[in-house]
Amino acid sequence: MQLNVNGTVREVDAPEDMPLLWVLRDVLGLTGTKFGCGMAQCGACTVHLDGQATRSCVLPVSAVAGRMVTTIEGLSPDGSHPVQKAWVDADVVQCGYCQPGQIMSAAALVAQNPNPSDADIDAALAGNICRCGTYQRVREAVRKAAAQRRASR
Amino acid sequence: MTSLTRRQLLRGSLISGAGLFVAFHVPRKVRAAPQPPAKQPPNPNAFVRVAPDDSVTVLLAHSEMGQGIWTGLAMLIAEELDCDWSKIRVEHAPAAPVYAHPAFGMQMTGGSSSTWSEFDRYRTAGAMARAMLVRAAAAQWKTDARKLRTGNGYVVRGKDRLSYGQLAVAAQAQQPPRSVKLKDRKDWKLLGKPMRRLDSPEKVTGKAQFGMDVRFPGLRTALVARSPVFGGKVKSFDPSEAKSVKGVEQVVQVPTGVAVVASNFWSAKRGRDALLPRLEWDLGPGATLDSAAILQGYRDKAKSKGPGIAAQKGDAEVALAQAAKRVVAEYDVPYLAHAPMEPLNCAVKIDGGRCEIWTGTQFQTMDQMSAAKIAGVPPENVSIHTQFLGGGFGRRATPSSDFVSEAVQVAKAAGVPVKTVWTREDDIQGGFYRPLFVHHVEVGLDGKGRPVAWKHTIVGQSILAGTPFEQFMVKDGVDATSVEGVTDSPYLETVPARLVTVHSPKQPVPVLWWRSVGNTHTAFAMESMIDELAHASGRDPLEFRAGLLAEKPRHLRALKAAAEMAGWGKAPGSGRARGLAVHESFGSIIAQVAEVSVDGDKEIHVHKVACAVDCGTAINPLGIEAQVQGAIAFGLSAVLHSELTLKDGRVEQSNFHDYRVLRLPDMPEVSVRVLESDAKMGGIGEPATAPISAAVANAVYALTKQRLRSLPLRLAVA
Repeated sequence: MQLNVNGTVREVDAPEDMPLLWVLRDVLGLTGTKFGCGMAQCGACTVHLDGQATRSCVLPVSAVAGRMVTTIEGLSPDGSHPVQKAWVDADVVQCGYCQPGQIMSAAALVAQNPNPSDADIDAALAGNICRCGTYQRVREAVRKAAAQRRASR
Repeated sequence: MTSLTRRQLLRGSLISGAGLFVAFHVPRKVRAAPQPPAKQPPNPNAFVRVAPDDSVTVLLAHSEMGQGIWTGLAMLIAEELDCDWSKIRVEHAPAAPVYAHPAFGMQMTGGSSSTWSEFDRYRTAGAMARAMLVRAAAAQWKTDARKLRTGNGYVVRGKDRLSYGQLAVAAQAQQPPRSVKLKDRKDWKLLGKPMRRLDSPEKVTGKAQFGMDVRFPGLRTALVARSPVFGGKVKSFDPSEAKSVKGVEQVVQVPTGVAVVASNFWSAKRGRDALLPRLEWDLGPGATLDSAAILQGYRDKAKSKGPGIAAQKGDAEVALAQAAKRVVAEYDVPYLAHAPMEPLNCAVKIDGGRCEIWTGTQFQTMDQMSAAKIAGVPPENVSIHTQFLGGGFGRRATPSSDFVSEAVQVAKAAGVPVKTVWTREDDIQGGFYRPLFVHHVEVGLDGKGRPVAWKHTIVGQSILAGTPFEQFMVKDGVDATSVEGVTDSPYLETVPARLVTVHSPKQPVPVLWWRSVGNTHTAFAMESMIDELAHASGRDPLEFRAGLLAEKPRHLRALKAAAEMAGWGKAPGSGRARGLAVHESFGSIIAQVAEVSVDGDKEIHVHKVACAVDCGTAINPLGIEAQVQGAIAFGLSAVLHSELTLKDGRVEQSNFHDYRVLRLPDMPEVSVRVLESDAKMGGIGEPATAPISAAVANAVYALTKQRLRSLPLRLAVA
């Protein structure tokens, strides 16, 4: 099976029902995408599928063929994506485990909605649980990232 | 100020080929279990490595689990070392006696203690390294070390300067100073300043490695099928179906169940799914457990005095009988799972008389001992590679080393390196919960509305019973963690007749400390009751508290600050009301005002929380703000959503759809004010979790006149 992950076509040998999450982590060694619940409840496994934020823990790899997968490792080569920079600037992370998922959800939001309202931010990130409770700074960072993207256009 | 004698050093400085490696060792007084911090001053033993490339590596004796010590402890060293902050690197230290907690005597992270306990020894480590670099420069320049100064990673003499990297190798040969003088607070350049986290870059790019992410050739993944009922044992199993799943290599029995060992997680999961219908359990007495019945039983017990006397003065019964007014209330809280975002996991390799462990743990010393016993090797042959913890909250600090011990058992039984991984369902249903507690409180007020009698009965499982901590922290039937926040309450000090007793019933449900430990329920009971008393006396809750806390200036100041921040006394927006709570725990005082509303479905919404913090000397205000926001969010999960129940011995919840936690749209706007303080440094990871339950319940009462005494808070739907 061929997979397009972070702009590179990879040949993978995996059962068709294996969720994309475990193909990324256990087959391709891309461990930035996290396992948190296994039932699309927590968002730790969020990746982009053709640019849309998608929970990879319940998505059979067979459904991904021919589509573009972007993981946290592919968001930018060096942490320079506006969302990542805003995250560092707002000092969002604590334990950090949920953060790749939060960032992928936020990046999809700001790509599609250059001026998200607070309600838009709440809706786009409601599926990403953070037990450390970084939510307040997540909101701040998303606003910063959106503003920065608008400014750079 | 701290001084070190040469005698206290571990063979002077340890020399590493890469440069200066300062290691302080201490008299070997590593105790098997913790003792109260007051009994012994913190032992100075810390590590810092200066390398020829100018990098300064700080070795963390504690685990980074989100609380920010990766940055905060590095600040302590950097302040004294005068190094370039951009050259700082941080690593988790290995498990070794030298890294024992200065106050608790074992290598561990917990009790909101990392910063205050390391304040002296990490600064001392920085100062020692600086002194040795200065001596190396003095030798090179053939001058008096006292004529040299340091700054931003250089030793400076007039216009000449040498970088720490240039001096690193020569500094190895220098004698460590007999003593060092630490900087005066007024000279601090870093401490007390808001500093961004050093671990952000790797955590926003997915590069940060958690235990779950550990990979090496030959490492298998295992899932363990555990008893559906606490205390159940394997009766029999047929591994054939599990073994027929592609990728499954072995099915092995371990003391906690049956492990399915596979080449990857998904195969192990499929294999375990195939095994479960072919696995028979001897369930034992746990099969009848019912949390509703446990709660009722506790309520019955709470009506009578408990066998453990936690506090006693005067005759509370007589004083109650004579009081002008009596207020009686009962509060209860359910079992709770910690549910850290990273499910538990532990990778183990047993080979050639050694046992190597990769995991995120809060309890290295305990884990090392447990692993050594199981693997049959001496403790010093057990290496622990501490990874970033994807949340701890107490769950990764088990006195029985539950998840590490099990992983060592699996690797031993399988005979290959194995990473044992828990699913979320395993985590929610796997025990080690915040125990269910009931508080029965009777208070007598005099004619002026002042409490004159306080009878308080607490019922709940002892967290420490049956653990190595029992001998230190359970006295005369009183587990200190069951009553903290009541027996040391400043309110109680003012009550002339008081009696606090505790029942510690045993249950097959494993219980554990959960962020802020006993304060999770004692602050709820105390601060709710104080609010009830204020209303019973017809007094404003702020004014009533201020009257009782007149002799407690730190509490008073925090209370007034939070009230001022929230606009206490001014009307909130329509449909909203405010509630107040103040509580001291882990040496820090937290006052909170919560502003709430209730929607048409009787759901409670928390919009704002104003929080004033007195944690003594503040090291990193930006980190403190994060911990306070996070601790409030963690507490709000339990206030609004989370509840773990048992029926027929089975835990009824399994994942985040039914074990609900706070999500982003529920997050209030939390404002934090860190109060200037010269008080002894307290903790900050946990304290802000404790009072939020009462602050919200008190606000709900102000809004609805319904007094909610059970967590999570649920309004009656008409």
